[in-house]
Amino acid sequence: MSALGKNMMLLLAGAVLLMVAPAFIVSKFYIDVLTLIFFTAYLGQSWNILGGYAGQFSFGGVMFFGTGAYASSILLTTFGVPPIIGIVVAIFAGALLGFIVGFMSFRSGLKGSYFALITLAFAELLRVLANSVEFTGGGVGLFLKYAPGLSNLQFETPTGFYYFALLLLFISIAIALWLERSRFGAQLVAIRENEDAAEALGINTLRCKIYAIMIMGAMGGAAGTFYAQKYLYLDPPIAYSIHLSVEMLLVTIVGGMGTVFGPLIGAFVLHVVNEIARHFIDTPGLSLIVYGFILIIIISYLPNGLIGMFKKKLKQTDASALDKLKSDQGDGNA
Amino acid sequence: MLPAAIINGLMFGAIYALVALGLTLIYGVLHIINFAHGAMLMLSLYAAFFLFQLANIDPYLSIAIVTPAAFIFGYLIYRYGIGVLSKGKDQNILLITLGLSIIIENSALFFFSGDQQTVSLSYSFEAFDLGFMYLSYPKVISFVAALVICALLWALMSLTDMGRAIRAVAKERQGARLVGINVEHIFAVTFGIGIACLGAAGCMMLPIFYVDPYTGNIFVLVAFTIVVLGGMGSIIGALLGGFIIGITESVGGLLLGESLGQIGISLIFILILIFKPTGLFGSKV
Amino acid sequence: MLNVSGVTKRFGGLTAVSSVDLNVQEGEIVSLIGPNGAGKTTLFAMVAGFLKCDEGQVTFDQVSINGMKPHQISKLGMVRTFQITQPFAGLTTLENIMVGAYSNTSDSEVAREKAEKVAETVGMKSLLSQGADGLTVAGRKRLELARALATDPKLLLLDEVMAGLNPTEIDEIVAVIKSIRATGVTIFLIEHVMKAVMNLSDRTYVLNDGKLIASGTPSTVAEDPQVIEAYLGHGAAEAMVAKS
Repeated sequence: MSALGKNMMLLLAGAVLLMVAPAFIVSKFYIDVLTLIFFTAYLGQSWNILGGYAGQFSFGGVMFFGTGAYASSILLTTFGVPPIIGIVVAIFAGALLGFIVGFMSFRSGLKGSYFALITLAFAELLRVLANSVEFTGGGVGLFLKYAPGLSNLQFETPTGFYYFALLLLFISIAIALWLERSRFGAQLVAIRENEDAAEALGINTLRCKIYAIMIMGAMGGAAGTFYAQKYLYLDPPIAYSIHLSVEMLLVTIVGGMGTVFGPLIGAFVLHVVNEIARHFIDTPGLSLIVYGFILIIIISYLPNGLIGMFKKKLKQTDASALDKLKSDQGDGNA
Repeated sequence: MLPAAIINGLMFGAIYALVALGLTLIYGVLHIINFAHGAMLMLSLYAAFFLFQLANIDPYLSIAIVTPAAFIFGYLIYRYGIGVLSKGKDQNILLITLGLSIIIENSALFFFSGDQQTVSLSYSFEAFDLGFMYLSYPKVISFVAALVICALLWALMSLTDMGRAIRAVAKERQGARLVGINVEHIFAVTFGIGIACLGAAGCMMLPIFYVDPYTGNIFVLVAFTIVVLGGMGSIIGALLGGFIIGITESVGGLLLGESLGQIGISLIFILILIFKPTGLFGSKV
Repeated sequence: MLNVSGVTKRFGGLTAVSSVDLNVQEGEIVSLIGPNGAGKTTLFAMVAGFLKCDEGQVTFDQVSINGMKPHQISKLGMVRTFQITQPFAGLTTLENIMVGAYSNTSDSEVAREKAEKVAETVGMKSLLSQGADGLTVAGRKRLELARALATDPKLLLLDEVMAGLNPTEIDEIVAVIKSIRATGVTIFLIEHVMKAVMNLSDRTYVLNDGKLIASGTPSTVAEDPQVIEAYLGHGAAEAMVAKS
């Protein structure tokens, strides 16, 4: 209990630190970088729920982001619905898309690489659709008006978006913390570890996986509105970019799948790498080359990510203490 | 218009088939999905492009250079890269080849810039007159060359000792190991052959297409669609799937317009995976 | 409690289970024995909903469970274990058992207490924080049992929980199974090793080549010539009769 309390205190301290940080960071650039880190971490967390906790990797996670972005943006440009309502619609749109994709793929038993690829195909399908129909602005894209205000979820200063992104980040961490402690989270992990055994223990694996992808979708939908209101422009290649799909899984895998803080740590590390790479050679592609190597190295040598490396050390000390305890008691019973 | 679209689709379909053949061969034998397939195709397009640009070698003649080079590249990258790093886990390989495709794609961007490159051959604009359409020489040459390479691959697989060894490994890897076949070597050879298909395909594609660092992205889903359509691991399936997708694409473009026409590929991919995941011709290599 | 009638399963041309009838009454320990490849695990998979029956009916507590999903059957109170143990490898023993305990509660504290209690029943109390991937074969078998038990089943389907164990470990797990029955759980178990179930089960069915060839108390079944043949090969029964 005291350990839990201590963790809670650390968590709160970190949260407070991030909340007051803008008061001490003068540079708009760093505020923007942090905003982007929070945003990526948030998207990574959405991927983590389905990929990290439930073990279902998706290569098309961007589809929820894009659909949410279009939902609130079209509502705004066509019907004048303020984004603060639009974001709610975006959340529902993302969840609905999650339901459709999840129901179709999981019901037909797709898993592993096949599930990853079918999500890629869904994202591609939506990109082509968005490019072809009128109401998304087609290939020309949608331009949003600059009109700062809370109801528009637009802010005059980078600090405003910083707090918006921070709020999203807090929500995503709260969701992950809930998963860590709840029955639903345990069921997702059970599915990841062994689907047959989970089913035998009474877990409705299909339903759990669909719920997980719906949460992912809802989170992605909100991210879409955030992006659209921050950058005020949307077109199909942005909305359904494979690069964002990859970034979501990349930050999570690098930080640690199935952990609360993996996506945040991954997003932080990768953005730092990105800034450093840009500092030395400002040529497009370089930081992504580095990302590619990082991904391969992590997959091959640190399957539990950076957090896993840290935890392993803790576990080793734990285990040796346990061994000692066992030998003291002379308990060889296995 | 429709017959012209179908013929154009067939022309491209043969090259698609070759690309998919490499992918399906790798899947059929190694049971892995090479997500970097598109990126490697892009590399061979660049290889053909630079051979033309710097040494003035006709892309169709480059086949003789790029194909073996691609084989060696594929062999090495599997033997000392993917094979070692993946530790045999399916999702690991998917992610490692994803990492590989990110590296390849962005290295191309880094070194070659993002500009689209095309080649113009002396015969680029000459064409056969079929009465209802003109069919450019390069399209016809590519079509024929793709079919020839497919035939050669078939011969390699069914008539040579190496082909027999590959099929033995595909069928029963433990058994193959027991009778003394070096399975790791065969895996790498198979991967090399799969990439060699891309080398040939890249050379044939260059005169009728363009290359930029993102070209691979266009073809990765196409190749996967062909492979699941034809049945993972089926060579005949890849051939027929290539033609079906080539025609679907060009006819879809004709009927639905350039933009929406692309929808056919992802739609077919999704529908096949959901309703008939064994594909239309679900036989093994 | 469990009623299986005319259940058949074919794989291609091969009939793995052929028109099997059997039943398990409340409070019993019933065993299903037979040589390797007799179709025992296939039958179990059908009863637990992991495979569809080609023919026949399975009812549990008077409810037809044909076509039900495994998790639905599990929720009804019939829970299986796996012959090839299927631990949640990345989790600890406690977390593994808690997944079972969550079957009846969404409160993690309640689930934890339940899991600890079950761990005590099966003798895994000292292994609670151990990673499941580090358990011995015997440990994994117990974990299978514990996870299933944590769901508060009415009927436990145990698939070869004794296979791969040494005699001491078998004695221990037999004692555990008996104590589980004493708490009112009915048990239906598959065993390959006949001897192990002799003093454990009230009744025994014998499956060979997909067909039931004998049933009754363990001692009568053990003397059945057909059974002896199935186990020891053709001609064995006559040989034994001739000897005696």
